[in-house]
Amino acid sequence: MYKIETKKNIAENIFRMDVIAPYIAKSALPGQFVIVRTHEQGERIPLTICDFDKNKGTVTLVVQVLGASSKKICEKKQGEYITDITGPLGNPSEFIKFTNEQLASKKFLFVAGGLGSAPVYPQVKWLSLHSVKPDVIIGAKTRNMMIFENEMKPLAANVFAATDDGSYGFKGLVTDMIEELIVNQNKKYDEIIAIGPMIMMKFVALASKKHNIKTTVSLNSVMVDGTGMCGACRVNVGGETKFTCVDGPEFDGHLVDFDEALRRQTMYKNQEQQANCKCI
Amino acid sequence: MANKIPRVHAREQDPKIRITNFDEVCYGYTAEEAILEASRCLNCKNPRCVNDCPVNIDIPKFISQIAKNHFAKAAETVAQYSSLPAVCGRVCPQETQCEGTCILGIKGEPVAIGLLERFIADWSRHNNVSFIEKSPDNGQKIAVIGSGPAGLSCAYDLAKIGYDVTIFEALHETGGVLAYGIPEFRLPKKTVVAHEINNLKKTGVKIETNVIIGRTLTIDQLLDEEKFDAVFIGAGAGLPKFMNIKGENLNGVMSANEFLTRANLMKAFDQNYDTPIYTGKKTVVVGGGNVAMDAARTALRLGAEVTVVYRRTEVELPARREEVVHVKEEGIDFAMLTNPVEILGNETGWVKQIRCVRCKLGEPDSSGRRSPVVIPDSEFNIETDVVIMALGTSPNPLIASTTKGLQVNKYKCIAVDSEGQTSRAGVFAGGDITTGAATVILAMGAGRKAANAIDKYLKQNKEIH
Repeated sequence: MYKIETKKNIAENIFRMDVIAPYIAKSALPGQFVIVRTHEQGERIPLTICDFDKNKGTVTLVVQVLGASSKKICEKKQGEYITDITGPLGNPSEFIKFTNEQLASKKFLFVAGGLGSAPVYPQVKWLSLHSVKPDVIIGAKTRNMMIFENEMKPLAANVFAATDDGSYGFKGLVTDMIEELIVNQNKKYDEIIAIGPMIMMKFVALASKKHNIKTTVSLNSVMVDGTGMCGACRVNVGGETKFTCVDGPEFDGHLVDFDEALRRQTMYKNQEQQANCKCI
Repeated sequence: MANKIPRVHAREQDPKIRITNFDEVCYGYTAEEAILEASRCLNCKNPRCVNDCPVNIDIPKFISQIAKNHFAKAAETVAQYSSLPAVCGRVCPQETQCEGTCILGIKGEPVAIGLLERFIADWSRHNNVSFIEKSPDNGQKIAVIGSGPAGLSCAYDLAKIGYDVTIFEALHETGGVLAYGIPEFRLPKKTVVAHEINNLKKTGVKIETNVIIGRTLTIDQLLDEEKFDAVFIGAGAGLPKFMNIKGENLNGVMSANEFLTRANLMKAFDQNYDTPIYTGKKTVVVGGGNVAMDAARTALRLGAEVTVVYRRTEVELPARREEVVHVKEEGIDFAMLTNPVEILGNETGWVKQIRCVRCKLGEPDSSGRRSPVVIPDSEFNIETDVVIMALGTSPNPLIASTTKGLQVNKYKCIAVDSEGQTSRAGVFAGGDITTGAATVILAMGAGRKAANAIDKYLKQNKEIH
């Protein structure tokens, strides 16, 4: 059992939780994820690691109420326990292997869509600790769904907010914001790291390809164990089948077959909808 | 006299009824049946069955004790050799091991050693009889990675002789393949598996779930920071294999590992659990091993019409004979001498058909089995909604890639000598992670051997220092 040390409602239907898991807090690195099982009858759900504190032994998770399982996590109160949390899973971000010189020579642009701000945050934080200040685009449907803007501002060179409805910052999609920065503001980037809904990552990869900018995406495939055992998270990368959990979760966005990945995400949609009905 | 008694067959759930539930198929022997069956044993002077048991249980001894109605003594005999008799009695391939060389099998049917082992283990459980002898603590710490058959038997043997053992399990549940792989109707989890694991805990073994060695902690950390004196790696088989044919990533294609993990570990068959599972109206299972049979029978119980596609014939099926018999009784179709070449989808990317070719048997291959040869122009399609691939596994590279100086063999399995010693001092390994996918009992045998080797290694080390 793992205690929820703190829980905060940070946006509409989005919660931030610090969970006590000392082993994971000690070994977590940016880019990795955990698998959580809220209760005995629950599913194993992959969640990105938003932050970790080795001293306190906590791991920070950000969850949005979407289906039956995420609803159950969000219903947990501060001080209550989740049954299981395991990780850190997957490979850390590629840049953590770079030398300081390599890091200093690169200009990164992060593109965070919706809940994607949560996994982008530890990457920006890590770079900032290594004296690299990236640019960050945070996209959200509307103003009250925008998360981690204030946390990211002191760590990044620039944070650009974009909302679909124009209620805050730039009005438009993150891909429009990318065009605005590259074409109109003539900014130069060596690498784009895009994390958000699969459909957003697909269009960011298409946009960045046009400008020939290396693009890394972090996939949120269907998973069961997260350790390579089940193969549910198969994804086609450059014509080869990879497992998101052990080969990823980060891949070259220009090589990912997004249409297949989008389709594979719907594998259990019918069953999940039934579960949602049961739960309401 | 003894030879004249025919083998006593255990009662089973009626196939028509059992395909609608997940309860255990075989009821096992009653005491009377067990005594009768035990009386068939010739008590051979040179018992071949013992040599063919990977943990060398003194089979004639425990059987003669059953025959004399000395059940507690029989249970004690078995407990000396095996920590998981209720499991092995149910899932061992007895026909190729102990029962395979039974003298009675030459002219008639061999003694039902598996059923007798199961009987005595179940009797111990029902009567709360356990034989846990434990030497005083010797103060040395052993880390066991994986709580499957290899890890459990290694931990049990080491704890008994005084070691302080901690098992690290990656999943949330203990048991490895016993928990995620083998279905409830073959191996009940709450009664049989939980009981055997509780027995292990009584020896003082600690179990930490949700710890993935290679990610949460590394072997180097276990040795250097957590101060373990030795490590045993029994991390299991690894990544499911696929055929690399067109259409394998369509929705509705999955590994048997995924399908069985959803059903067994995540209990998708139980309405009270949230886990989704999908069989469609028709399911095709590709493969001929125990895992294929388990997947087929699980899909059947979830309501699908099931066909098992296998490229050789019934003679070559690697599954236990009992499983094959059960599969047939339950009305599952076999498409023998059939090999998939492509999976076809509908316009939304879901499986619609599996395209296969027909085969004939050719020359024996490296496994000694006659290999399938494709018959030209024999392509045909089978209509299906789901394809489950049960083709074995390839090693999970996680531990080897995160441990300094740990060598792998040409199959990328962790390389060990005959005792389970790896290329790294103090690090031992056994079970599927060293051999590729095999059986519960072989993994247990490897775990026991490694426990011996670890004891020897640490005693020698003590003498040196």
